[in-house]
Amino acid sequence: MGLDVRLPIGLMFSIMGILLSGYGMLAARTEHASLNVTWGLAMLAVGALMLWLSRRSRR
Amino acid sequence: MQLIAIDWIILGVYFVFVLGIGYALRRYMRTSTDYFLSGRSIPAWVAGLAFLSANLGAQEVIGMAASGAKYGMATSHFYWIGAIPAMVFLGVFMMPFYYGSRARSVPEYLKLRFDEKTRGLNAISFAAMTIFSSGISMYAMALLTNLLLGWSFGFSIWICAGVVLLYILFGGLTSAIYNEVLQFFLIVFGFAPLVFVGLQRVGGWDGLHAALQEVATSRGFADGAWTQTWSITGDAAANPMGLEWFGIAMGLGFVLSFGYWCTDFLVVQRAMAANSMSAARRTPLIAAVPKMLFPFLVIVPGMIAIALTQHADTSGFALPPKADGSLNYDLAMPMLLVHYFPHGLLGLGITALFASFMSGMAGNVSAFNTVWTYDIYQAYLRSGASDRHYLNMGRIATVVGVCLSVAAAYVANRFNNIMDMLQLLFAFVNAPLFATFLLGMFWKRATGHGAFFGLLAGSLAAALHHGLTLPRGATVGVKGGWLTVLDSYPSEMAQNFWTAIYAFSACLVLTIAISLLTKPRDEKSLVGLVYALTPREVSQEAAWYTRPAPLGCAVLAAMILLNILFW
Repeated sequence: MGLDVRLPIGLMFSIMGILLSGYGMLAARTEHASLNVTWGLAMLAVGALMLWLSRRSRR
Repeated sequence: MQLIAIDWIILGVYFVFVLGIGYALRRYMRTSTDYFLSGRSIPAWVAGLAFLSANLGAQEVIGMAASGAKYGMATSHFYWIGAIPAMVFLGVFMMPFYYGSRARSVPEYLKLRFDEKTRGLNAISFAAMTIFSSGISMYAMALLTNLLLGWSFGFSIWICAGVVLLYILFGGLTSAIYNEVLQFFLIVFGFAPLVFVGLQRVGGWDGLHAALQEVATSRGFADGAWTQTWSITGDAAANPMGLEWFGIAMGLGFVLSFGYWCTDFLVVQRAMAANSMSAARRTPLIAAVPKMLFPFLVIVPGMIAIALTQHADTSGFALPPKADGSLNYDLAMPMLLVHYFPHGLLGLGITALFASFMSGMAGNVSAFNTVWTYDIYQAYLRSGASDRHYLNMGRIATVVGVCLSVAAAYVANRFNNIMDMLQLLFAFVNAPLFATFLLGMFWKRATGHGAFFGLLAGSLAAALHHGLTLPRGATVGVKGGWLTVLDSYPSEMAQNFWTAIYAFSACLVLTIAISLLTKPRDEKSLVGLVYALTPREVSQEAAWYTRPAPLGCAVLAAMILLNILFW
């Protein structure tokens, strides 16, 4: 099929990662808020990896 | 618990992406093969993750966490012995016939191998079952969101059903599969922090172990009853499941697990959509790798929940009791989410719950529309129409299937016992299935009459066994004993496993007996359908990890290692 599934997954994880970590940095410091930052960055990393993989295979 | 803006935004991003995938795929849906089989174009890893994800409905996630709390680590039997050997068997031995016969569905394979009536029996019961099970899981989901988030019963049902309907309507099986892969990653990333936070709260793995020993001893079991898997199964009374090792190995590990993973079109369809024979065979093997690790994602949270409940005064977390005084184990996973996740991550966790729910539902709907269109509509109602006609029929079946599941959810809400009875009925129909496929694929002498009456006999044996036995402490009725009580089992699970063993044996014996009495099929017509008459395919791939047999052995070895680690 013409669509590489890694593209939407990569995009979605990147967006969610930015949202989570951004919110974690800006929002009031509650007990577990730092988890938002860590986990958001982890999701961003996975998203970027997926995007890179899908870009690489298109060449 | 109220969600705030960031939670809603994350949930919203997810909805945009699942719909977007469906919409982006709509222009590739030109023929019925594109729509129902993804044009047999899916790469192995995508099909593998979808294979796993289609089975990973919300009921599975919530139910496994509940069992983790109720029975502890031994719940992993459902993931290890109760899934991995069957998945390896499907990939190594059975996929060549499903994929090689060019059958478009599992019932169609039965038509090719046996006859029309065997296909009809399987197709009709399967179609009814998929509708029913997606309705039941929708109902469970709606109860949960109602309890946790205060949403009305209809809200989560209509939102989920509407989104699933749209993306399958546009993109057919490909859309279901792509979204299942996306949902797989989301489920992993949504629940993994829960394990992390939870373990922190109970004092790490050692703290969890210590707390679970108290859980076990306070309930009158041996120390390891919540942390071991096999060493507690010497005697059914020694573990909270009420099972001994033979029932687990035969009932769950052989009959039920092979019956589900090797014959259920919901999962097999994902492998049939793979882009080559080799990819189709690797599909269940690739799925087996994450499957083996899922206990740590879905069962361990349940164990954490019960450990925290044991020390409720210091942990501040306790599972609420149900009306009858027993703990409400089903809330283990969702309550941990609400209790320990900060906003943001909470949105992600709720999104993961929705994702698991939708992947399960989409799996049911995409399997339903295929079986309906190919095995019921084309076979009995209108054959010989144009391909476009069947493609449109598939779209109509998608709409009707979703509407029927929503109706089933409402019925479940209104008449709970009707659903219990239906569930029981389907258990009877499914129990003997694997015997039919086993004989069909590996014994060329098995005939259509043998298969059909063997299946009926197996279902009858299941019903009889259920009607004559009762789990200890249960009342006569839908739990069993409705004929007369001849024997009792230590638990409902033990009774289920033995029902399956009897059904399988009855079907096996009767299929063999009737086959020997009826006229054999011409051997030429069985080429590609039966093991002995199909030329062995020589694998072209060089690397060992892309060949099914070595890959299957590696997966099995890893599974055995896990069992030893948690013996």
